[in-house]
Amino acid sequence: MQQVFTKAMARNIFLGGAVFFLAIYLALTYDTWQRIPIRDHADQMTPAVLRGKYLLDTNDCIGCHTINGEGAYFAPELGNVYKRRGPDFIKAWIQSQPTGVPGRRQMPNFHFTPDQLNDLVAYLQWLSNIDTNNWPPNIQG
Amino acid sequence: MKYQSQAVAKPYFIAALALFVGQIVFGLIAGLQYLYGTFLFPELPFDVAHMSHTNLLIVWLLMAFMGAAYFIVPEEAQTELYSPKLALLTFWVFLTAGALTIAAYLFVPYAHLAAITGNAVLPTMGRGYLEQPLPTKIGIVLVALSLLFNVTMTLIKGRKTSINLILVGSLWGLALLFLPAFYFPQDTVKASFGWWWIVHGWVEGDWELILGALLGFILIKMTGVDREIVEKWIYIIVAMTLVSGIVGIGHHYYYTGAPSYWIWLGSIFSALEPLPFMLLIAFSFKMLLARRREHPNKAAMLWAMGTPIMAFLGAGLWGFMITLAPAQYYMHGTNFTAAHGHLAFFGAYAMVSLAIISYAMPLLRGRVANSAAAQRWEMAGFWIMVLSMIGIALALTGAGIVTVVLQRAAADPMPFMQVQDKERVFFWLRELAGVGFFVGLLVYLRSFFISGEYEYAGEMKRALAT
Ligand code: HEM
Ligand code: HEM
Ligand SMILES: [Fe+2]
Repeated sequence: MQQVFTKAMARNIFLGGAVFFLAIYLALTYDTWQRIPIRDHADQMTPAVLRGKYLLDTNDCIGCHTINGEGAYFAPELGNVYKRRGPDFIKAWIQSQPTGVPGRRQMPNFHFTPDQLNDLVAYLQWLSNIDTNNWPPNIQG
Repeated sequence: MKYQSQAVAKPYFIAALALFVGQIVFGLIAGLQYLYGTFLFPELPFDVAHMSHTNLLIVWLLMAFMGAAYFIVPEEAQTELYSPKLALLTFWVFLTAGALTIAAYLFVPYAHLAAITGNAVLPTMGRGYLEQPLPTKIGIVLVALSLLFNVTMTLIKGRKTSINLILVGSLWGLALLFLPAFYFPQDTVKASFGWWWIVHGWVEGDWELILGALLGFILIKMTGVDREIVEKWIYIIVAMTLVSGIVGIGHHYYYTGAPSYWIWLGSIFSALEPLPFMLLIAFSFKMLLARRREHPNKAAMLWAMGTPIMAFLGAGLWGFMITLAPAQYYMHGTNFTAAHGHLAFFGAYAMVSLAIISYAMPLLRGRVANSAAAQRWEMAGFWIMVLSMIGIALALTGAGIVTVVLQRAAADPMPFMQVQDKERVFFWLRELAGVGFFVGLLVYLRSFFISGEYEYAGEMKRALAT
């Protein structure tokens, strides 16, 4: 056994395996990169959508919420919230935070301007149209 | 301790443990906010507790890995560290940057922090685990460069063992995989796709190499088994890691906007990811059985044997549970994920860090092993932390099941917040287990304050008398 399978062979499997699968992964990533803009309608990423995205990032929304299942599990999914609640509810909700209901989980007030609220909703609308292979299973996210 | 310069590992290990305490305190706060949402609000919103918790985790693990590198690389290379002064300077830079960053999270609103740190120029903030402002991220790169320079120069001038090559190579990998943190595409799907290069690339790729190298080193030292055998095992294990784990990243691409072929690729390859963890168990126990000496540091041996088992439970078993696409369709982004994340991070990376600390700290304090009394405290800490973490994982799994049944798979799905209400009992159990974990951590830390070294003669007499 010792002579049949040496450390050098094990090392070569390691290096060869790493290089081989990395090459495959890079090729797949290249292909994925071409397809993503179609699946997520990148042509609809208007300046308002991008401003809205920046607001979500710089207020750490995923520190409590998930977007397409990624983030924290403290608060509801945002990837499909546009479809669940609609633009008017979302704006009113954000403006009325925090609820201050004793014991209930609280969301901060971010003091967004009306323009910023429009941008935010534009981004959430764009998010809700991404082809995510039919995830989440239902509107509740 | 064979080389003077290995002593620079000590401040790294001590700081790692201090930051670990901080991590758990924020975890307990976040856990309580799950139950009492108004707790510490608005002074400390959940997201701030959450980012402090996860970032402290990453920082203390990096501290421990760096300490391990400064301890192991000279010993394996059989030469002094290239520059102990640089290593010490780097320590203070890293600790200061880490402390300032956490202070900024706590005292500066996140959007304001983004505004004053140049996030508009090069956006990097607002992604999980990568919440740090730009200056901190640049600091991390500088610290990594300093570490890499130091250990690589040491390696070059000394003996090149396989353990050392894997360790230094994986530290390079760790640093390279952090660079995508500076690439935050505006397209959310691309951003998510690339975020996993770092997160999955670390925990299911590169860090498994670090884990293998650390465990291999500890077992060579403690069991006296032939290095050739240990190193061959480690190569096989890390080969399995990359063969399964590189394309296995596809298990994060099912439902986030990436093309559908990832459903097949991700499921098939990630289903193989538990294999290296199984091999790790087989390897460790084989080495234990083949040991040529009884090392007096029983506590370190316990950590070293516990690591592969807990890593397999958390990464292998709990990971497998959520990895196949049809299962993840219902479990994605629920507390199933958090259960897995906790058990895997603790079982693999926290425990291997505590294992190397357990092995190295007595040596750094000038003895082969701590007194039997100190080791009893340490081993009690081990069991309380391990069992509490299993409790945390089970409680979060319970919460995950409720979400799947009531919200994800129900014919008449219930809204998120209502479902959360139904899960209160599990969040209580998580918090109680969390308090248990904290107690275990304090018991563990207590062991450091019991002085004295292992007394062979006394222990022998006691063993014969019973
Ligand atoms: C007292 C013990 C602990 C408590 C109460 C606790 C609590 C929490 C809470 C509330 C979250 C946020 C979950 C969410 O996103 O909604 C979290 C996240 C996390 N914690 Fe802990 N934690 C504890 C210990 C640990 C330990 C020991 C580790 C690892 C060694 C750890 C690693 C993590 C990780 C990786 C996440 C992010 C998980 C994810 O996003 O899926 N925690 N923890
Ligand atoms: C020690 C190794 C591992 C660690 C530390 C780890 C940690 C984590 C963490 C923290 C997350 C949550 C990331 C986030 O969204 O915040 C996660 C997600 C995930 N992990 Fe692991 N993991 C490990 C190994 C594995 C393995 C071996 C598998 C598969 C067998 C696996 C399968 C998954 C899957 C499928 C998800 C995504 C869950 C979802 O869609 O919500 N992990 N892991
Ligand atoms: Fe993964």
